[in-house]
Amino acid sequence: MNHSAFTSVLGLGCGVIVLCAVVTLWRRSLRAIVRALAVQGVALALVAMTLGLHGHDRVLEVVAVLVLLAKGVVVPSLITRVVRHDVASRETQPLVNVPASLVAAGVLIFLAFAASRSVTALASNATGRLIPYGLAAMLIGFFALATRRKAVSQIVGLLLVDNGIALVAFLATAGVPLIVELGASLDVLLIVVVLQVLATQMRLRLGSFDLDQLAELHD
Amino acid sequence: MLWVILLVPVLCAVPSGLVAWRRAIGWLGVASASIVLAVGIVLAVNVVRGHAAVGYGGVLRADALSAFMVIVIGVIALLATLQGVRYLEAEIAAGRCSPRHASLYAVLIQGFLATMLLAVLAANLGVMWVAIEATTIVTTFLVGHRNTRGSLEASWKYIVICSVGIALAFLGTVLVYLAAQHVAGQGAGALDWTSLVARSHHLDPGVMRLAFALIVLGFGTKVGLAPMHSWLPDAHSQAPAPVSALMSGVLLTVAFYAILRFKVIADGALGPQFARTLLVIVGLLSLVVAASLLLSQRDYKRMLAYHSVEHMGLIALGAAAGSTLAIAAVLLHILGHGIAKGVLFLASGEILLVEGTSEIKDVPALLSRRPVLGGIFAFGLVALLGFPPFSLFVSELNMLRAEFRVGLGWAAGLSLICMAVIFGAVMSHGREMLFGPKGTDTPAVTPALVAVPLIAGLAACAFIGVSVWPLGSLLRAAAHVVAL
Repeated sequence: MNHSAFTSVLGLGCGVIVLCAVVTLWRRSLRAIVRALAVQGVALALVAMTLGLHGHDRVLEVVAVLVLLAKGVVVPSLITRVVRHDVASRETQPLVNVPASLVAAGVLIFLAFAASRSVTALASNATGRLIPYGLAAMLIGFFALATRRKAVSQIVGLLLVDNGIALVAFLATAGVPLIVELGASLDVLLIVVVLQVLATQMRLRLGSFDLDQLAELHD
Repeated sequence: MLWVILLVPVLCAVPSGLVAWRRAIGWLGVASASIVLAVGIVLAVNVVRGHAAVGYGGVLRADALSAFMVIVIGVIALLATLQGVRYLEAEIAAGRCSPRHASLYAVLIQGFLATMLLAVLAANLGVMWVAIEATTIVTTFLVGHRNTRGSLEASWKYIVICSVGIALAFLGTVLVYLAAQHVAGQGAGALDWTSLVARSHHLDPGVMRLAFALIVLGFGTKVGLAPMHSWLPDAHSQAPAPVSALMSGVLLTVAFYAILRFKVIADGALGPQFARTLLVIVGLLSLVVAASLLLSQRDYKRMLAYHSVEHMGLIALGAAAGSTLAIAAVLLHILGHGIAKGVLFLASGEILLVEGTSEIKDVPALLSRRPVLGGIFAFGLVALLGFPPFSLFVSELNMLRAEFRVGLGWAAGLSLICMAVIFGAVMSHGREMLFGPKGTDTPAVTPALVAVPLIAGLAACAFIGVSVWPLGSLLRAAAHVVAL
């Protein structure tokens, strides 16, 4: 793969990842949000695979396939199963409305570029310059976590944070050691399973998974 | 030998998973905790005499600090597994829990122990991160084990907030790896703690600053340090009492152990001031949060939970001072707080079981109605508030001394003000629970299975406070590992 093709594929992947993060703030339908998450997982795998092919790194290629399976296929389908049981599968009342969320996303992307100067300086090559994209996806994930009231939207927020951090890990270090990367991916899968179990139990007990109904514990 | 420690809980989990609950499973858990404690002591003796033990191709490593943490885990696990027998039998008898569900609890407790032990024995910071993350997953199910609305809500909050925290810690770890890669080149060895410490002076300061801030924020979430503490009172009040004891007594400090390990690297790369400033900020913030929220508590389990936030704040301040004296005091405090808080949570579980409520105002006159249980709770509070002869008095005093010596006198002064407020709040809540008009009924008897381990725990806490003798050389050696 020649260098210009390499950088443009990487740039494309990172752009798609941030775009998908923004889409999760924009759309209200939970199905559309989960679809955006799946696309983001695929884009993340694309970035890892490109880096692996370019650096002739067999381990990274294996990791890319695993990411594709875990974040592109398994996790979205698990969340879809939770969504299917929800009658009105829409994010009805986010704490911050959609236009304001989109403005906030713009601010967060700007913030990500400002905050990662020391990191991009150290990894000063084509890949290092893309690190702010990962941070932007992560910050948007935090925003979604803080402002969304549906259990599913919170899971999505968590996964956005995780995908953002994984992107930073791939770009900054050309893949952290395999054992750590495996642990991290496995954990994501486990967390989604745990949250799915909890969401199912909550539905059985509460009839829905609006987190507003969970307000027993307070001071 | 390091493998033995990890294998014991795993092997004990297998038979517990195969059969429905019976008492033997409970005793198996107790045996597992005792073996961990015994091997921990042997390990500590070896490590103090000689060098760090390395196992399994360098993935595991135990220095004095790890050995100390293994002992802390062993002690509290022993107390918690003994009470676990009582908790499960009471739940089954009350029809709130099926025998199968009870053996699931036993399996999860062993998994919880195994993941905490892996966290303190890992040589590689990446593996340590994976282990701490795994504790989150296991404990989520333990928090939700009672399967009530409240416990479901608590476990949801717990896993969402802690997953975010742990994700930040992962980013911090990745950034440390990035900095290390620039100095040492690629490979898993770049996250090896000993080689990172050896090269810490050459790590890029800009990246390390960002990395350590993320580590403190991320692992600080699991420690229960403000501003990421909001999961803690819910999870600790809703979990079964033995789980609360383990979470509050050791899991918080296992996460703090991770911060201590990273602090050495950050100190090498940035000088001591950066880590000190960060830890002072989160420490004081935690103390202020705990003081303001303890005043208005109506639930005694939540009161104990906020008290943990206070103690984690004190530990963070002690670590900020960072001298050998300060770290030794921090480690002693970790042990003392673990035992005292463990005993109190276990006693409060028993109170909840016999009284059926966790409201402070509904359980008056405990000392006259249930003399033994009330007495244990009273002495536990006395220990936790830092009265002599208990070890928390010694450790708090020495942390304050160390803070004055390194010029953190102002922070120590502020922490004393917060401690005074907390002292008053806890004393008044304690008085409401312990004293009051005596009823007409005869004093109730507390089963020996409950009382004996708790009294032994308090006695141990007092013994360490009077004579640091069995721990002195271990504490010194462990403090040298991470002190400035």
